[in-house]
Amino acid sequence: MSIWKASSTWVFTVNTKLVISHCPSLRGFATEAPKKETWRASNAEKSFGGLQDKDRIFTNLYGELDWTIKGAEKRGDWYATKDLVLKGRDWLINEIKASGLRGRGGAGFPSGLKYSFMPKVSDGRPNYLVVNADESEPGTCKDREIMRNDPHKLVEGCLLVGRAMGARAAYIYIRGEYVHERKRLEHAVSEAYQKGYLGKNACLTGYDFDVYVHYGAGAYICGEETALLESLEGKQGKPRLKPPFPANIGLYGCPSTVTNVETVSVVPTILRRGPSWFASFGRKGNAGTKLFCISGHVNSPTTVEEEMSISLKELIERHAGGVRGGWDNLLAVIPGGSSVPLIPKSICDDVMMDFDALKEVQSGLGTAAVIVMDKSTDIVHAIARLSKFYKHESCGQCTPCREGTGWLWNIMERMRRGEAAKEEIDMLNEVTRQIEGHTICALGDAAAWPVQGLIRHFRGELERRIDVYQQKLAKQQQKTKQNETVSSAAY
Amino acid sequence: MARNVMNLFHLYKQTSSFLSGFNGFQILSKQRGSNSFGVFSVLNCRKSPPSKSFSTGSLSHVDREGNTAETTFDFTDENYEKIENILKKYPRNYKSSAVIALLDLVQRQCGGWIPLAAMNQVAKILEMPPIRVYEVVTFYSMFYREPIGKFNVQVCCTTPCMIRGAYDILRAIQSKFNLEPGGNSPDMMFHLEEVECLGACVNAPMMQVNDDYYEDLTVESAIQVLENLRDHKAVKVGPQNSRHQCVGIQGKTTLLSEPPGPYCRSLETEQVKKAS
Repeated sequence: MSIWKASSTWVFTVNTKLVISHCPSLRGFATEAPKKETWRASNAEKSFGGLQDKDRIFTNLYGELDWTIKGAEKRGDWYATKDLVLKGRDWLINEIKASGLRGRGGAGFPSGLKYSFMPKVSDGRPNYLVVNADESEPGTCKDREIMRNDPHKLVEGCLLVGRAMGARAAYIYIRGEYVHERKRLEHAVSEAYQKGYLGKNACLTGYDFDVYVHYGAGAYICGEETALLESLEGKQGKPRLKPPFPANIGLYGCPSTVTNVETVSVVPTILRRGPSWFASFGRKGNAGTKLFCISGHVNSPTTVEEEMSISLKELIERHAGGVRGGWDNLLAVIPGGSSVPLIPKSICDDVMMDFDALKEVQSGLGTAAVIVMDKSTDIVHAIARLSKFYKHESCGQCTPCREGTGWLWNIMERMRRGEAAKEEIDMLNEVTRQIEGHTICALGDAAAWPVQGLIRHFRGELERRIDVYQQKLAKQQQKTKQNETVSSAAY
Repeated sequence: MARNVMNLFHLYKQTSSFLSGFNGFQILSKQRGSNSFGVFSVLNCRKSPPSKSFSTGSLSHVDREGNTAETTFDFTDENYEKIENILKKYPRNYKSSAVIALLDLVQRQCGGWIPLAAMNQVAKILEMPPIRVYEVVTFYSMFYREPIGKFNVQVCCTTPCMIRGAYDILRAIQSKFNLEPGGNSPDMMFHLEEVECLGACVNAPMMQVNDDYYEDLTVESAIQVLENLRDHKAVKVGPQNSRHQCVGIQGKTTLLSEPPGPYCRSLETEQVKKAS
């Protein structure tokens, strides 16, 4: 199949060239000047980054201050919440839309628009807000810091976002492993109830709103919105087909919206300081501040809040103490958690950290979990381990994903040792294409992309390993042949 | 869709020809993965059937002493109070939402695992068919259906931890305490598991022991933590080096000044501005 595929691509390229050279109207396209690379920080009209302390939303990110309601109120949480709730649904949605906030859970869908999909007039069913705190994307640990150090930002956010979508209750689905984080969150919720900020007549606004903390038991797939709803209903976490979308039929058959912890937690501050303040950070279409988790081979791994569109190099050098052994020792970076393709050093040198720029370089911002790998990394092993992760976490519902993820890992393990033929690199690519887009949820895509990224940028390394292995094999065969001739001569 | 599946199948046939002489299948079947498919059947079989590839051990129930269909189980009074509070969170006709929380209570009451009788009891309390509870127990990786060691050691080995040396730690624990991933130590003090991302990546490498995270490990500090736990000595939870939570080891680069106090823009003037 790979040979067939390779030859068909070749035929296709030749044909395209022929068409272009014989068709005057298309010649313009062929000779057109290369498009301006807007992903480059050096091409941007101004430089981003260097967020000041006064503009930070998460003021207790490192847990050095009081996380309970007393400390939270001192830092400005639950201030004027009543006035904001009383502004009403349309005002809240419009303010969130105007701020340009995009979902922080990975896909980057405009949040205001998403919240506006909830039915305006109830047919008798209640609306639900479901907060996705099932943080398990490898590389990501931002929601953990919010829940253990600033839980009131999330609880207050639930009330305001819940009001914006006319919800009567919010369920926060936290992953089962975060036991201490869950206890803090539960404590924060009970404090809010005691103060009268939640429950009947929440914040004396006449609006009834409840917040419940629910927890899972260790399944990555429950971070997918419909799987999360299934799990919340007490079933196996297997994604549902869409449509119907959760905004029509979601939790318990009622209209629901599933949204990330960080998205909800930034909403109160946006509403208090104004959407224009939030929109003043980052490039157009990528507004705001963002929590970046920088892990891997850096001198000082950390989680930090920075302006969107900051250049990757500046982010790593300013906050994470630089790459181990200096910037030139960098091999590759996974810029948005395990599900996005890696980018090699040549792109890392000048790329901006936002949704559009990373999409342009065929990667993605995802959850802004930056995994840095220096030249000592066995890059094929690193990606093979991700393939194992997806194999482990596939729910088994769709055949292409259930079977395909196993095969990806299988072939990747052989690629790691070089125990393969060069045609198999194309075959591996073909397997990823067969999974991508052929499953109910995005886990199949997420499993395919890291491998595609590896082939795209490190094909040479894969081929080198195969060569080394073949040479070793040839030597061994020669040796056994020699031994055979020696032993036969002895007879 | 059907065509794509057929393509995949065709591809596998091709791939398997490349795999001749390679023991890929054996490797797959040795790995312990998430238990996501297959039928959990309550069979009174003495021997467990060979595990299918990808699954965590056997999906079938195996009768053992203290874990048969005849064994009885009941929650303690304290846990019944907790159950009452848990059920208040969900609509009255959706009691099954509490299944994970109740199974977690069972696991805490029984010392780290869930007997068959407890699954049946949970099903009774939540008015669910027992099979629905079995499905949930076999799906989620935090539930164990066999007794495990007192300390459940889960070493995260996904890429961010792996590239910072998680496998060295796993191997060191294996040899030090005479353990295999997925198995218990001979004295039933430890149960070791290689797990997927636990969400503390900036503090890699890390492991979870029961409810606590131990972060920024080295081979020495990981062994030290486990030895202290075994000997009932005090252990520091969280980073095992000088770090505080997720602050970089080289110190803070942000949040250096006192955070500002409460602030809200004037909401009325905004409206007036818009009207004008």
